Amino acid sequence: MTAAKTIDPKRIDRVLARHPQGKPTALVNLLHDLQAEFRYLPELAMEKAASYLNVPNGQLFRVATFYESFHLKPRGKHIATVCTGTACHVRGAPKLTDHISREFEIPVGGTTKNMELTLETVNCVGACALGPLLILDGEYHGNMSPAKLDRTLKTIKRG
Amino acid sequence: MTSPFKNAAELEKHQKQLQGQKQLPSTIAVCTSGCVAYGANRLVDAFTKAVKSRKIGDQVRIIATGCQGFCERGPLVVVHPQEWFYEKVDGKDINDILDSALKGKVLKRLLHKDAKGKTYQKESEVPFYRNQKRLLLAQNSRIDPCSIDDYLRAGGYAALAKALTKMAPEEVIEQITASGLRGRGGGGFPAGVKWKSCRAAASKNGVRYIICNADEGDPGAFMDRALIEGNPHSVIEGMIIGAWAVGHPGKPQGFVYIRNEYPLAVERLGIALEQARAAGLLGKNILGSGLNFDIQVNRGGGAFVCGESTALMASIEGDVGRPRAKHIHTVEVGLNGKPSNLNNVETWANVPLIIDHGVKWFTKIGTGDVSDNPWGGSKGTKIFALVGKVKNTGLVEVPMGATLREIIYDIGGGIRDGKKFKAVQTGGPSGGCLPESKLDVPVDFDTLVQEGSMMGSGGMIVMDEDTCMVDVAKYFVGFLKFESCGNCTSCRDGLIRLHELLEDITTGRGSEATIQLIEDLAETVRASSLCALGTSAVNPLQSTLRYFRDEYLAHVQDQRCPAKVCKELITFTIDAKKCNGCTLCAKRCPQDTIEGKKKKPYTIIQDNCIKCGICMDVCQQDAVIVQ
Ligand SMILES: Cc1cc2nc3c(=O)[nH]c(=O)nc-3n(C[C@H](O)[C@H](O)[C@H](O)COP(=O)(O)O)c2cc1C
Ligand code: SF4
Ligand code: SF4
Ligand code: SF4
Ligand code: FES
Ligand code: FES
Repeated sequence: MTAAKTIDPKRIDRVLARHPQGKPTALVNLLHDLQAEFRYLPELAMEKAASYLNVPNGQLFRVATFYESFHLKPRGKHIATVCTGTACHVRGAPKLTDHISREFEIPVGGTTKNMELTLETVNCVGACALGPLLILDGEYHGNMSPAKLDRTLKTIKRG
Repeated sequence: MTSPFKNAAELEKHQKQLQGQKQLPSTIAVCTSGCVAYGANRLVDAFTKAVKSRKIGDQVRIIATGCQGFCERGPLVVVHPQEWFYEKVDGKDINDILDSALKGKVLKRLLHKDAKGKTYQKESEVPFYRNQKRLLLAQNSRIDPCSIDDYLRAGGYAALAKALTKMAPEEVIEQITASGLRGRGGGGFPAGVKWKSCRAAASKNGVRYIICNADEGDPGAFMDRALIEGNPHSVIEGMIIGAWAVGHPGKPQGFVYIRNEYPLAVERLGIALEQARAAGLLGKNILGSGLNFDIQVNRGGGAFVCGESTALMASIEGDVGRPRAKHIHTVEVGLNGKPSNLNNVETWANVPLIIDHGVKWFTKIGTGDVSDNPWGGSKGTKIFALVGKVKNTGLVEVPMGATLREIIYDIGGGIRDGKKFKAVQTGGPSGGCLPESKLDVPVDFDTLVQEGSMMGSGGMIVMDEDTCMVDVAKYFVGFLKFESCGNCTSCRDGLIRLHELLEDITTGRGSEATIQLIEDLAETVRASSLCALGTSAVNPLQSTLRYFRDEYLAHVQDQRCPAKVCKELITFTIDAKKCNGCTLCAKRCPQDTIEGKKKKPYTIIQDNCIKCGICMDVCQQDAVIVQ
């Protein structure tokens, strides 16, 4: 991914400007918005955000690493999120994570070497009726099974 | 919307106007909550396009709603005013639905059919709905959550007008206390009692925080999401009434702490807040009462522990969500060191109902007697996310005191695929699993605790004979191990160790001594952790040990998983009598470990089998057996 190297500071500033300056209560919201912009939290964005909110760099990194939602490393082009909430668990979600892990040779949270796919999990997205659930790039796929996964992930390049 | 309402009379006038206005002949309500997993968004687009191209916009209105309840049958569409209930609607049905709405003739083929083949026209007649008491969810298939006028037309914000003009703050608190409303976030603490102490707490500059907990961390539940996505103004109205009761005439300020995993809820809440501001229902001098109040939205970061009150407040402050000891309560010293009143989404949504309909009406619903003690019973309704191995999964609202059997069988339709009921889990990771013998237990705050589970926020996961209870215990311990904030040794390391011990059992390395060790350690974790995450973390574990001990014993004595879930203890084989040699499984096996000749029975070479179960999934002959 090229984007990782060349972060345009203006893009960061535009996101910062949407939040009140110097107010730590905006911190988590701000990180979400930065991540929505870059798909992860680039170091430069973190540093700029810290000075914008007037909190120590350390606090920002502490927060970013504490919360499950944030990623400090670039993620793959596609993101496969398996719901591992209780309802999906009893309907076989572990088989889905196992299968993707094995097929793409990545652990949960990992990204393939070719930066094509990141495997993530989430705890319940409120569609338990359709469990087990896979969310591929924001699109929900209900009643999943390892056998069906192969078809859903067919277009994603291995490697 | 017109200009901001300056007083209650203006609000009422607008409301009357709306109610007097002629509605379009048809409103078609499409669920776009969880139903998007069935493609409901495409349905809305297609409906909207069709209405445009057929130029029938003056006759039909399309609205995108929150969860309508019967998720199992999604995507759901309800046609008003007739209340026709259509299930499993497909893009191909759109024009037929529009035609039938225009003609006023019901479209039979999309109606709900029960097991006996009987069809039902109206939503409220469908057995799934008929056996519920939908008060909080009543509007979910009726109103457009992005339209404040829809909410006003349905009588919304009338409770706020009443409270602000006719009731002193103390009076509101008295009513909420007398109603016996208890917190829906899990603990069941009486809301009125909390409000009273927060109002009484000293605040130098008069700032008091009114906070809504929409973190909904229970990993198998979506009640709060449904309320915010389906009827956000009801939650906002509750909070404004709360601000009046708890914070007026000081400086009350509002926060909603909401899960970021619910983007639609975040969006619809934001829209609703904007509308409330534009209508003068948030901001300065609300309805001329002198109340100044606004609400800010803070998104969570995906940490379960942030649902805990002190962690939640730390998170809003922009720090990591680590709970603190609560010698001093958050109603006194909470967010930014100020008195803070935190309630759950569903708790807030109950408030306008109580103010509107009165204490008498509310206390008629539910169990116990709260007339001189708010802990004396459980009043009102409770929403549950009924999920897992039950036939009719979805969102149900029942009066407190309904039995588990009524919920799972009368509403839920029993267990799917003809399997046998095994357990029901309530209360999420802090709750417990109850067996069949407890099905007639009334669901209320106190009874569930007595039985070793708890109400929790409303997750209700049904498990059948194919669910391994040791695996379920391991699942919850594993979840909490990951979610522990790491402060206390007992919670952080205790849960890691408990998980390892459970892993020993599920992989066939355990013995009866392992069970003993688990029991001892569980007690330690319960006794010496700081917050309720740690102290209740062992509930799922202890309740399964209490009610399903034989399953633990099967794992450690016979190295057998009765539910055939624990990989290390099962084997996949092919029944030569059933296999027709179609080769399907061999082609799909990721390990290439199924051998045979075409049209002859195949066999699995066990050494390489990783027990992924794909062969079983793909076999059309049911020839693959697991033992
Ligand atoms: C680990 C943990 C997680 C919690 N998660 C939630 C949650 O997701 N939603 C919620 O409303 N309450 C949650 N609670 C309960 C809250 O701490 C608090 O009691 C509740 O929000 C108060 O509102 P109520 O009285 O209206 O229920 C959680 C508690 C603990 C200990
Ligand atoms: S009990 Fe667990 S989650 Fe709670 S404060 Fe202690 S370590 Fe943190
Ligand atoms: S369970 Fe999986 S690995 Fe084992 S034989 Fe079947 S398909 Fe192959
Ligand atoms: S898929 Fe079933 S029928 Fe076909 S070869 Fe495999 S076991 Fe036999
Ligand atoms: S548990 Fe997967 S969507 Fe709820
Ligand atoms: S999500 Fe559509 S009905 Fe529940």
